[in-house]
Amino acid sequence: MVGGLTMFPIRLDDLRFTPQGRPVLAGVDLTLGGEGISVVLGPNGAGKSVLLRTLAGLEKPDGGSIAWNGSAVPGPAVAMVFQTPMLLRASVADNAALGLKPLKLSRAEVQGRVARVLERVGLAHRARDSARHLSGGERQRLALARAWAVGPRLLLLDEPTAALDPTATEAVEALIREIRTDGARIVMTTHNLGQAMRISDDIVFIEGGRVREHSPSARFFSRPQSPEAKLFMKGELPWRIAFED
Amino acid sequence: MLPTLLDAFHLLGNLDAQVLAIVWLSLKVSLSAVALGALIGLPLGAWVAVARFPGRNGVAVFLNAMMGMPSVVLGVLVYLLLSRSGPLGSLGLLFSPAAMIFAQTLLVAPLIAALARQIVEDAWRDYAHEFAAFRLSRRQSVATLLFDCRFSLVVAVLAGLGRAISEVGAVMIVGGNIEGFTRVMTTAIALETAKGDLPLSIALGVVLVGLVLGLNALAHGLRQWAMVKYG
Ligand SMILES: Nc1ncnc2c1ncn2[C@@H]1O[C@H](COP(=O)(O)OP(=O)(O)OP(=O)(O)O)[C@@H](O)[C@H]1O
Ligand SMILES: [Mg+2]
Repeated sequence: MVGGLTMFPIRLDDLRFTPQGRPVLAGVDLTLGGEGISVVLGPNGAGKSVLLRTLAGLEKPDGGSIAWNGSAVPGPAVAMVFQTPMLLRASVADNAALGLKPLKLSRAEVQGRVARVLERVGLAHRARDSARHLSGGERQRLALARAWAVGPRLLLLDEPTAALDPTATEAVEALIREIRTDGARIVMTTHNLGQAMRISDDIVFIEGGRVREHSPSARFFSRPQSPEAKLFMKGELPWRIAFED
Repeated sequence: MLPTLLDAFHLLGNLDAQVLAIVWLSLKVSLSAVALGALIGLPLGAWVAVARFPGRNGVAVFLNAMMGMPSVVLGVLVYLLLSRSGPLGSLGLLFSPAAMIFAQTLLVAPLIAALARQIVEDAWRDYAHEFAAFRLSRRQSVATLLFDCRFSLVVAVLAGLGRAISEVGAVMIVGGNIEGFTRVMTTAIALETAKGDLPLSIALGVVLVGLVLGLNALAHGLRQWAMVKYG
């Protein structure tokens, strides 16, 4: 399922998103290499989701640029899973096939891919069931399967475990690692610091629409460099309120 | 009054051939019109819901306004189109079941399209980001949304059928209410009542109301079932 390495590194240069003049992204500078799991941390409203949506091509930046290995076009191998994935009023299998529609694959190829990803997320036995009847954890796994099926080189995950219990969270984390091993570069957000420690290779810390720090995970959690990240780790930013409710 | 009612139920009970023929033609005309109207209205409504083009709001308002189009007015328009000197006069369709189907199709297609637009647009709000992230084309989005909304859309189609089968103005004008050829339930009721043949009017009225009630019960039941099955 792995495409070329050609869209990395992704270089964001002074990226700005200012709907109605509000600086939501206020000059994001960031370079993402071709490997690993990056976790975007930051308080509520920092611009994490907007950043992911911009990378997915869903928001048009008002300034700055994104270069995909020097090119302005990302290529098709980007997939995104939203915090609350919308599932179709259809079977689990039909939902898993949604992202394959534009790929113009043969019927057999679609069925093969769907069967494979459902197997890997542990939903093969639910393939014929209505997706809207799945539990929160199952929904999230289906959403991952749906994105996985397209064979993404870059997978964007917005709070993939926000409403899940610890067991379901663990299952989703295991899947994210597996998708990474399968060749996808992963950029995700979370408000779960433990999760960020467990899963990330590097941390992108965002606050006020800017990247305040981008460090390897181990260093970020032991010795955060930026004053904003230090405060955040001490729990003195508004983020803590969100973490607790 | 009582003998009239008894006569009416006698007609119904014996499945009077005349009544049956009228009911059958009504169903044939209106079901055909609704099938055509759905074929046009569903994709059109979904397209307007999803597409972004200048004048889109105008189209939406137009479709909504067409829901209130008096059927007699539409009948007159179609009459002018199909009359011998009209632009489609050479087809020789006037005063035939085909003309009635044509008129009713024009009546229900905008109704189905307007309802479909509303239904699909609501769903589209939920899915827009997902579909965009997967780069579904507009055509794929429309097809996926139509399937996703299939149960609500059945209700829209049944609303179209309700309107078609109960309208009298359009079929009267373009069909001419010719006995044994273009006479349907509503035109028969209008005529027989005027002539004083109340039993036939009442018998047809009972059938018509029964059909409309049955359709609504069906729509309701279908939605309930779908809600349970698909959430
Ligand atoms: N299209 C938009 N128009 C106007 N404002 C927007 C738009 N999209 C996002 N915003 C604003 O941008 C800010 C950042 O939003 P974003 O969703 O990226 O925050 P976040 O970091 O993901 O927060 P959370 O942790 O709560 O998910 C918010 O204040 C939000 O209201
Ligand atoms: Mg967010």
